[in-house]
Amino acid sequence: MIFLDIAVNSKPMDWFPILLQLGIAVAFAAVMIGATQLLGPKRKTSDKLVNFESGIENVGNARQPMAIKYFLVAILFVLFDVEVIFFYPYAVNFRSLGWDGFLEVLLFITLFLVGFVYIIKKGALQWEE
Amino acid sequence: MLLAITVSYLLGKAALIGAIVAVSLGLAMYSTWAERKVAAIMQDRVGPQRAGPFGLFQPLADGLKLFMKEEIIPNFANKFLFVLAPGLAMVCALMSSAVIMWAPDYTMADGTVYPFQVADINVGILFVFGIVSLGVYGIMIGGWASNNKYSVMGSMRAASQAISYELPMGLSLLALLMVTGDTSMRTIVQQQDSFLHMNVWKQPLAFIIYLVCAFAELNRAPFDMAECESELVGGYHTEYSSMKLGFFLFSEYINMFISSVIMACLFFGGYHYPGMDWVQAHAPQWVFVATCILATISKGIAFILFIIFVRWTLPRFRYDQLMNLGWKSLIPLALLNLLITCAVILKFFN
Repeated sequence: MIFLDIAVNSKPMDWFPILLQLGIAVAFAAVMIGATQLLGPKRKTSDKLVNFESGIENVGNARQPMAIKYFLVAILFVLFDVEVIFFYPYAVNFRSLGWDGFLEVLLFITLFLVGFVYIIKKGALQWEE
Repeated sequence: MLLAITVSYLLGKAALIGAIVAVSLGLAMYSTWAERKVAAIMQDRVGPQRAGPFGLFQPLADGLKLFMKEEIIPNFANKFLFVLAPGLAMVCALMSSAVIMWAPDYTMADGTVYPFQVADINVGILFVFGIVSLGVYGIMIGGWASNNKYSVMGSMRAASQAISYELPMGLSLLALLMVTGDTSMRTIVQQQDSFLHMNVWKQPLAFIIYLVCAFAELNRAPFDMAECESELVGGYHTEYSSMKLGFFLFSEYINMFISSVIMACLFFGGYHYPGMDWVQAHAPQWVFVATCILATISKGIAFILFIIFVRWTLPRFRYDQLMNLGWKSLIPLALLNLLITCAVILKFFN
């Protein structure tokens, strides 16, 4: 119901200029990248086309497993971002929901915080050992 | 519904979009000039001065140089993604300006209204959020496609940093939304019709959190871990050359301009300036609208200068400091701000 309140005032027409802007932006990017491909000199040698590695010879592949922490941050982000998005309908409608709504959101924030404290206690955000 | 699209409507929108893209690109170019000049002044140097008066043609020369450079695609790179990434970064940078309200509507002689806003969608803030999130893909794909160890590390850092700071950013804007009661940019700007009605007075903490997050999202110093040249050579764009490198750099500066204008719109009254009522009453309409556009852009430029000053004043954070600041300080602070705002509004203004 609350979600619907936001959707009711929206017309598909409102989004048309965004499509237009997307078209212009894509065209601009494509033309510029195409033009630079044509304009520049082309004197490729095998040394030039090797990946840069501070002047020493390449060792192994760059696409190898990275520190797990980056992955962990990404997973936590997905969880918390969804929770943040749930606040948005509330923030738009909270005046009409009054104190009852406030108490309910307080409960929601408590749950949010419990999860937050849990991941911190677990050391998920501990960057230095 | 779609029948309402007429030729004049299309032309009007296309002209506005073209103007916005041109202004964004122009200002992004001159931001690079301003950055070098400010850095020079702060370090007691002269800065660019050979190309034209005060080095004013320097950005043009730089742009031309980038165009004429040889384009290198490393052998081990994924060719398609390597070319796609800078384009994606650029498209994302150009898209977020769609919901900004630059000036009040212009009413033409025949009564048609010409809005200085590309798209008046009712979820304006969420749209900006979506585009900002997409911006990570350009960096991530660029780093991965390069197949270079520095690039992969840089893009990992950039992605983690950007998504971490999106949370406090979203939470701080929630508090602002509670004050405004609307997610449409148009309503938010129109509400702040005088100096004392600016949202920054109602939500100072939200503004500070938003500002810090904006620095992190823009990969700007003191949070420029993604291209931290002393450890990672160039970060995610180490392997890029010619205009593809230029696209990454330009999109960063365009993002800087757009997010400055968005900050001005959300917290500092957008196109409102002191004495605008007098101008509206005494000057022709086009003068009024032009001054409003100028007001929006000058507020944006003020923020750009601030961002530049910060870059040349503060040293770079360490990565663990950056993550701790985002997760352990800003998120709880933003939540607290949200709750206090909510309770105060319900108690006193409802």
